[in-house]
Amino acid sequence: MVDPIREKAVNFDYSDDQKFLKGEARKFLDARCSAAVVRGVLDNADRSYDEALWKGVAEQGWLGVAIPEAHGGLGLGHVELCAIAEELGHAVAPIPFASTVYFVAEAIMLAGSDEQKARWLPKIAAGETIGCFATSEGPGAVTPASLKGKVEGGKLSGVKIPVTDGDIADVAVVLASEGGRPGLFLVELAGVTRETLKSLDPTRGVARITFDGAPAERLGAAGEGFALTEAVFDRAAVLLAFEQVGGSDRCLEMAKEYAMGRYAFGRVIAGYQAIKHKLADIYVKNEVARSNAYYGAWALNTNAAELPIAASAARIAGSEAFWFASKENIQTHGGMGFTWDVDAHLFYRRSRQLALVAGAPRVWKERLVSQLERKNAA
Amino acid sequence: MDFNDSPEEAAYREEVRAWLAANAAEHKSARADVRKPNSPEHMAEARAWQARKAGAGYACITWPKQWGGGGGTPINQVIFNQEEAKAGVNYPYFTIGLGMCVPTVMAFADDDTKRRFVDPAVKGEEIWCQLFSEPAGGSDVAAVRTRAVRDGEEWVINGQKVWTTGAQYSDYGILLVRTDPDVPKHKGMTMFWIDMHDPAVEVRPIHQMSGSSEFNEVYFTDLRVKDSQRLGAVGDGWKVALVTLMNERLAVGGASGPDYRGIMNLAREVGALKDQALRERMADWYVASEGLKLTRFRTMTALSRGQTPGPESSIGKIIAANQMQDLANAGLELEDQYGILNDPAVAPMEAAFQQTLMWAPGLRIAGGTDEILKNIIAERVLGLPGDVRVDKDVAFKDMPTGR
Repeated sequence: MVDPIREKAVNFDYSDDQKFLKGEARKFLDARCSAAVVRGVLDNADRSYDEALWKGVAEQGWLGVAIPEAHGGLGLGHVELCAIAEELGHAVAPIPFASTVYFVAEAIMLAGSDEQKARWLPKIAAGETIGCFATSEGPGAVTPASLKGKVEGGKLSGVKIPVTDGDIADVAVVLASEGGRPGLFLVELAGVTRETLKSLDPTRGVARITFDGAPAERLGAAGEGFALTEAVFDRAAVLLAFEQVGGSDRCLEMAKEYAMGRYAFGRVIAGYQAIKHKLADIYVKNEVARSNAYYGAWALNTNAAELPIAASAARIAGSEAFWFASKENIQTHGGMGFTWDVDAHLFYRRSRQLALVAGAPRVWKERLVSQLERKNAA
Repeated sequence: MDFNDSPEEAAYREEVRAWLAANAAEHKSARADVRKPNSPEHMAEARAWQARKAGAGYACITWPKQWGGGGGTPINQVIFNQEEAKAGVNYPYFTIGLGMCVPTVMAFADDDTKRRFVDPAVKGEEIWCQLFSEPAGGSDVAAVRTRAVRDGEEWVINGQKVWTTGAQYSDYGILLVRTDPDVPKHKGMTMFWIDMHDPAVEVRPIHQMSGSSEFNEVYFTDLRVKDSQRLGAVGDGWKVALVTLMNERLAVGGASGPDYRGIMNLAREVGALKDQALRERMADWYVASEGLKLTRFRTMTALSRGQTPGPESSIGKIIAANQMQDLANAGLELEDQYGILNDPAVAPMEAAFQQTLMWAPGLRIAGGTDEILKNIIAERVLGLPGDVRVDKDVAFKDMPTGR
């Protein structure tokens, strides 16, 4: 089987316009999303996100970068959204951007009726609506056999836990069964019981949502809930991979900066091969993650048949790179890295949040190999 | 972000395809189907193809036309390489000469010397090798001990080089020697070009742990070279060598052997395809090798946009060589007791996993060890400080030496 892309020269990078957009995003976040802003959420148990930053991001138009102009977005494309995601990851931004944009807006664009799109997308693009994506019900990955949430007569009952941004969201997209078949449902959360829970990454809040006969409107075809969830996860995986790449780069920058200024045994620790090789290892993993993320961006932007494989690879490489970079950044910082006051743990926490929020890498590896098996047998 | 040629690149590719369609088939049909590497027949076939390319300006696409090149861009070269590989007419013998040695000659020799050597090299009539590494200096290339002593208008050379690719079939070589042991090591070296057919040059194949002999030792016993064969000033050999080495990573081959598909087929054959531990590793191998392939596309994109490729290209061999070793070992384990067999007649996939296992240690070392490559990434990409050096200010003859 000939891989068609091997035959070409390529245009496999951001365009100049996309690089400009990314540069502007970096400037905006440098000014509006300092470590102090992130810590404002981290250190206050009653704050689940930074409202001012969220408002600013909405004003920049980022929430609607990939939403068509007809629905109030900028109608740019998914590569532009990837560029924004990379910067949000770099800044470890404490806002419900992923839940609202990568999951809910993508789910509605993928499976929503014209009416649902017209109703929700403009509000998302304007920053008036925060969304959350609710699938998990307990430890372990949710399966058709384990799914307990039920819709009967258009009313949803069941408990979803944990739901990222579930405590602050206005609308949820929920995986539940209806007549014994899985479906995705849009549920407005006003009046629904929600409880904020302790998060491994307090800059990304989580909740338990208890639905007790909440009105639920099906999103997409009946019985397609798991297929749609996988399709949404594929799209989110690519975007999350860019956040992971941005976070991994930031960890490498921090580790380098610290190592260049820290003296031990009479010279900077950056001159010791044990440190140099560690940082080189981080660099290699980051580049593997970046290249796989770019392929995912191409597949997402063109809605290519390769998207499920490309998304899996982007997610696996991004999760591994960010985990490695975040833990070795702490190690490079030595004892200081283990303190609350040094920012290294913000990235360590976020690396786990991002690696789990669309399903664990373990599950994605199995998905990837299953797909390769089919591709290889064909 | 896409995988398309620009209009100019697409036009160039069409031109290349048309030329290959007309020439590759004719070339192959005119030659016996000789596929044994390093055999005289295979070499002759390679030389004939190189001459044909030179005639059409495809031999050294990025070189100026006055030196037999094509006056093209690096992306033109990439496109030609892709199409040439697809046409099945690419040969390895000229890579080191045209990629490293002859450019060094062109940078440092006088016009007469350039006129003498460049054209035959471009046409494949003469092959070059690079004589730098020594038994006492692998990663530390500058620890050269091969000694050149001046004798009037000549130099007399004695010593030994090692790991010389292609020495057994090369006509000429560029040779790094020590001309002054009384100054610090980087200052006392000089570069020469030499005739590999001189009786004072002895080439001995190295019996590698893989069983084969692709590399050589080269011995010099009172080899006399003219001072006019010198490349660069006396004592400037290290500066000249750096020009050569800049191109080395481009000339070192990539990984070979089975990839994740090979493992998947073997796992299916032995009924281990559902082994969850193996499946996780297959996912990791796929992600790493895709990452490498896609990183090459990023390098090509930089070339296509007229930029100098960034440091991303330096990660390739570290990933490829380690994965090759790891994957080969996993193949052996899948075969279970059968994995002990290294007999192509009976071992699965003609013993591809066993042979890869025995080659992989070499690839992790050739053209820069894993450790040196990590130093390069740390120092040249990330900008971390160099190591503390104890060899900068000491006369070479006073440097401690071990085995």
